[in-house]
Amino acid sequence: MSSQKWGAVVGFLKRVVKMKMFLPFFCLILVLLINLIKSPGFFSIDIKNGVLFGRLIDILNRGSEIAILAVGQTLVIAVSAGTDISVGSVMSLSACFCCMSLAGYGVSSTNTLAIPMILGILGGILMGGICGVFNGTLVSKLKIQPMVATLILFTAARAIGLLLCNNQITYIRYEPYKYLGNFIPGCPIPTSIFVTAGVILVVAILLKKTSLGLYIQSVGINKRAARLLGINSSKIIFLCYVICGLCAGVAGIVASSRIYSADANNIGLTFELDAILAVALGGNSMAGGKFNLAGSIIGAYTIQAITTTLFAMGVSTDQAPVVKAIIVILIVALQAPVFKTWFANRSLKGKSQVKETVGA
Amino acid sequence: MEDQILLTMRGVSKTFPGVKALDNVSITLRKGEIHALMGENGAGKSTLIKVLTGVHAFEEGEIRLDGFDEPIINHTPIEAQKRGIVTVYQEVNLCPNLSVAENLFIGREPKTKLGYIDWRKMNKLSRELLKRLDIDVDVTQTLENYSLAIQQMVAIARAVDMDCKALILDEPTSSLDENEVSKLFVLMRHLREKGVGIIFVTHFLEQVYAVCDRITVLRNGEFAGEYTVAEMPRFKLVATMLGKDVDDLDSIKPEGCESNCDEIAVEAVGLGHKGTIKPFDFHIRKGEVVGVTGLLGSGRTEMVRCLYGADHAQSGTLKMKGKVLKAKAPIDSIKSGMGYLPDDRKADGLISELSVRENIVLALQARQGVFKTLPLAKQYELADSFIEMLHIKTATRETPVSQLSGGNQQKVILARWLCTHPDFLILDEPTRGIDIGTKTEFQKLILKFASEGMSVVFISSEIEEMLRTCTRMCVMRDGEKVGEIDGEMTQEIVMSAIAGGEEK
Repeated sequence: MSSQKWGAVVGFLKRVVKMKMFLPFFCLILVLLINLIKSPGFFSIDIKNGVLFGRLIDILNRGSEIAILAVGQTLVIAVSAGTDISVGSVMSLSACFCCMSLAGYGVSSTNTLAIPMILGILGGILMGGICGVFNGTLVSKLKIQPMVATLILFTAARAIGLLLCNNQITYIRYEPYKYLGNFIPGCPIPTSIFVTAGVILVVAILLKKTSLGLYIQSVGINKRAARLLGINSSKIIFLCYVICGLCAGVAGIVASSRIYSADANNIGLTFELDAILAVALGGNSMAGGKFNLAGSIIGAYTIQAITTTLFAMGVSTDQAPVVKAIIVILIVALQAPVFKTWFANRSLKGKSQVKETVGA
Repeated sequence: MEDQILLTMRGVSKTFPGVKALDNVSITLRKGEIHALMGENGAGKSTLIKVLTGVHAFEEGEIRLDGFDEPIINHTPIEAQKRGIVTVYQEVNLCPNLSVAENLFIGREPKTKLGYIDWRKMNKLSRELLKRLDIDVDVTQTLENYSLAIQQMVAIARAVDMDCKALILDEPTSSLDENEVSKLFVLMRHLREKGVGIIFVTHFLEQVYAVCDRITVLRNGEFAGEYTVAEMPRFKLVATMLGKDVDDLDSIKPEGCESNCDEIAVEAVGLGHKGTIKPFDFHIRKGEVVGVTGLLGSGRTEMVRCLYGADHAQSGTLKMKGKVLKAKAPIDSIKSGMGYLPDDRKADGLISELSVRENIVLALQARQGVFKTLPLAKQYELADSFIEMLHIKTATRETPVSQLSGGNQQKVILARWLCTHPDFLILDEPTRGIDIGTKTEFQKLILKFASEGMSVVFISSEIEEMLRTCTRMCVMRDGEKVGEIDGEMTQEIVMSAIAGGEEK
């Protein structure tokens, strides 16, 4: 009896383990578990000064930019088996464009806005979209390799941003501009969490309600077949890059709002790498095709959880990347096909041994 | 010199997992002859060459080469090259970014006393070598500046200079134009005079009769015979390749339904695509099944791709139900009521990681547009009905299509097009690699669709299949539509039409 029960439990566990989302979730929980042992205070959430305060909130808040970028990056990787490495620089350009248009060209600090705030923010996001159009044209029309095509804006966008801001940090000392990256008065939850949720929602609805998800996967798996059955492959690839650019624009505005300024040299620095890593941690194949948006988002928060954990443990900022790298290696290795087949073979071997003994 | 044997392969067998690729195959190459190696796709030509040059190991048989007392076994292509067996492939494997001279002497560059490359000597030797072979190029130019034909000749020149006794040309002419081909032939004849034995793999009958002395035919991995070109008329060659004995060909009564409808569904005038298919005329009536026949590489696939708009036609007009159709991309053709089942199932048909359901609804979805998503319930209904109607063997409708067998995958793609209720359906080799039972099923389905008013273009390498289903056949040869057969169709008539030339 008990062995039967045990078998059912094992069977259930096996099914859970086989689920697509299992590994990304498992890794996130593993990172959080380390905190449970090392610093139990990690999970406490308090209200201070009328806003939520705690490490978990911090992860959700600080992870926003990576999560937003990961959404766009997932689509780009799925459709073109290539990465958009310009997103970090595009973030910076969007922030600069937004701040420049709000403050006016050449102004380094302002209390009053030159144009309505919403226009500046939309302009910044649109700037991201334009960068997406540029990348998308290079990849889909001119058939340049994604890495090379996006390398152009990777180098140029940040410099263009600096040019827009007249080579200085433009401060927007206008209270509502801080809302997006911090708190709206009276609301205890960081605003960036809402922004992230909004972006995820919009893209998720786009994928669910239209056939875009199916198209993206078809093009990513077999571009030639997709064309022959009536999908405009290059248009779909183009669209994914535009969405990715818009996501970078939104992330740039959030990052800018946090520091109520446009710091061209530091906004979004190396974020493209975190975004790509988030997609990988989410169990998505870099070879394109089938994708899992939720996995990428979990991957994004896993990266932030690692960073926050290290800070909580008092690892110095200089050494943090080393520890981060070690954890990332472990997670990626765990999801590697080599490991997976090794595990599968092990369990197969176990079964065949059982059969042999039965046969004997 | 004439009859001195250079190379023999005897009783060679080679098994791949599940398939016997070569079964007791022999070939004899003499000095100073051009020997054609013929056979349809999958006959074992490439495998035989790969076994000879050490790409694949073989299980039985022996290879003897002039100058070696013992039978030889090549383990790597380099070993084969050292013994004087060199292969030049259709895709030239030289370095396009290096100069012609560098390509000729790569890996064996003449050195100066100090150990540097002696450029002057290398260029001089290259010039002399190419002059001897009547190839007129500037050896200091990078190779990519020259046409594919010249590149191929450079590859051959390199082989010749490396003291090659047996030269293997694996479909060298597939991507060359007529002028380039004739240049290549001059070079081949030149080498023949020098006593080099050449094995020439090609699909083009004309070329075999233009340069070759002997022909070895393979069929389904078996040796079908060795003939001199003189004793082998075209018709007999085609019959041997396809495995039909000319004498006891049964005339099979076409069971295809006669179309009694005169409404023309599709009409093409002067349609052509540069480099793949010469301008052709074509028409098909409502409810008619028309076959397109010809050997592999004859332009069958290219013709239907042009009709479908997969390759954008550069000349001519296409009328669909009386209206001019200018298809920029396949989606335009689909919207006007066409469907196309491509011959390369893996590369052009399947979206392998997606489920059976998704693969079935894709074309209909694409026609509806991205914003009009088919409701999931409708998708389930469509998938289930076609799984039942076509007897698709799949665990569930959500099983990835890559897990299905070849025949069932083909049915999934067929279902994809039936979903869209096309007026004009093109089936390019739908029955390749499918078991007999499913083949018959396919033929019955084709006739059923036709009786319901669908116009179908059917391509198959098996002539019987087409005889059973088609009312008319277009004959393709060397990238050109050379004629049509209607009325009485027998295997003999069709085969002689495919072979063409002066016979009969």
